Amino acid sequence: MPRIIFIEHDGTEHEIEAQSGLSLMNAAVDNLVPGIDADCGGECSCATCHVVVRDAWMAKVGKPNDREESMLDLNPERQDNSRLSCQVAVSDELDGLTVDVPEFQM
Amino acid sequence: MSEAIDTTPQEASSTPAMPPIRTYQPEDVAKVALDAHFGPARPEIFQADAILPYFARMREEAPLHYTADSDFGAYWSVTRYEDIMAIDTDHETFSSEGGITVGTPDDDFRLPMFIAMDPPRHDEQRKVVSPVVGPRNLAAMESTIRERAGDILDSLPRGETFNWVDLVSIEQTTQMLATLFDFPWEDRSKLTRWSDVATAAPGTLVANEEERRAELLECLEYFVGLWNERVNLPEPGNDLISMLAHGEATKNMEPMEYLGNLILLIVGGNDTTRNTISASVLALNENPDQFAKLRANPGLIPNMVSETIRWQTPLAHMRRTANRDVEMHGQTIKKGDKVVMWYVSGNRDPEQFENPNAYLIDRPNARQHMAFGFGLHRCMGNRLAELQLKVVWEEILKRFDKIEVVGEAERSYSSFVRGYTNLPVRLPA
Repeated sequence: MPRIIFIEHDGTEHEIEAQSGLSLMNAAVDNLVPGIDADCGGECSCATCHVVVRDAWMAKVGKPNDREESMLDLNPERQDNSRLSCQVAVSDELDGLTVDVPEFQM
Repeated sequence: MSEAIDTTPQEASSTPAMPPIRTYQPEDVAKVALDAHFGPARPEIFQADAILPYFARMREEAPLHYTADSDFGAYWSVTRYEDIMAIDTDHETFSSEGGITVGTPDDDFRLPMFIAMDPPRHDEQRKVVSPVVGPRNLAAMESTIRERAGDILDSLPRGETFNWVDLVSIEQTTQMLATLFDFPWEDRSKLTRWSDVATAAPGTLVANEEERRAELLECLEYFVGLWNERVNLPEPGNDLISMLAHGEATKNMEPMEYLGNLILLIVGGNDTTRNTISASVLALNENPDQFAKLRANPGLIPNMVSETIRWQTPLAHMRRTANRDVEMHGQTIKKGDKVVMWYVSGNRDPEQFENPNAYLIDRPNARQHMAFGFGLHRCMGNRLAELQLKVVWEEILKRFDKIEVVGEAERSYSSFVRGYTNLPVRLPA
């Protein structure tokens, strides 16, 4: 199973094994990674599963689609590499993926 | 450079006929015909706290229901969690431009506000003000909120009955709002008044629609004064008025659009949190086992806050207008029809929440309540609301073992704002 590394704002690392096909959000929530609220349960409708993808991984993870983009855009703290983790599907290709969990979800 | 606003309020040419104030007559909900004459947008049912059984039946038997005639005209009601989520997240089909409550805005008193706009204008205006309630700003404000909550709680009378709504809920949220607007402190009760007047049914707080408009125009005049003081300051302030006056997407607003957005921020930042603070005291009184659980484990406060927001749902609905014909549950919503999403019903949907009418402060999926809405219009101040509730309860638990509700709660006459006007309580002497 692909390994995913979530890094909290204070630097704490959470390395988990995620099932391919699941969303990154589900992988985080199932493994009790703190800082991912996911209030809408994965509908791309609340923007509380925000993560920032490390540069090196951005090409593989890809850019958000229009709908995700419009939700991310509501967040004054979004960054260039921001993604909603409910919209990123885990795959073997993403083995080793490293993302930062922002200090706050909003 | 933006210019100071010069406002000469327009005279309202005519005021619409106002619906009568009604009193709820209890009836056997199981026998009510769910036909086109029936509709849940009846303020008297909400005031009597009798609405939930109607929604339970609608979710089961008429999940998409059409009301042909009502005080608010014709409208569709959507009552299941899943259906509400689908509509709320499809802003292309379901527009906010025609207004976001079941009533129809009056053409001669239009109050444009970004909650009732579609992209791109909605996004542009919202972005001007949203940083003020961003989590980073809130973290900086937490100690102020805590200090004030402490002062409010310390000043409460002991051993005698008082109205929790007035002395705690309103005071806490009005102080917060005054801070966000950098509003003259000694005048802050005006904010509460304008908030109440903005959503009041004519015949309750104000005698008629004309009086309501007159008060809202006073609100505009007052805020125009603040705008004009701040618009040309070399260093723009961090308050909402300065943000609007300097924001690219808002600095050239017409006065009525300024008023509209002010009402949005005042009602959004006041009524909702106020009524949830009151609800938390009521719910914990009605469920003493949950109160005991909370006292034993204050770490449950954040989840208790989410559960209270679900249980209360301080805004009972939001409304959209169909941009095209839509098929749903074997019926056709026609282009131009009003569609009301009953959040208060979605939050009691047993398909989403097990044992939905129970108030459980450790409910695992309490955060998935729909009281903040979903999609582009999701509540902007949700984190501020949660923070205020959390801090108030942390400070309460430090001080009081018991807050006893000693009489009937009195509720607002509204099918939009689900709130309280009176919650008589007593603290031990």
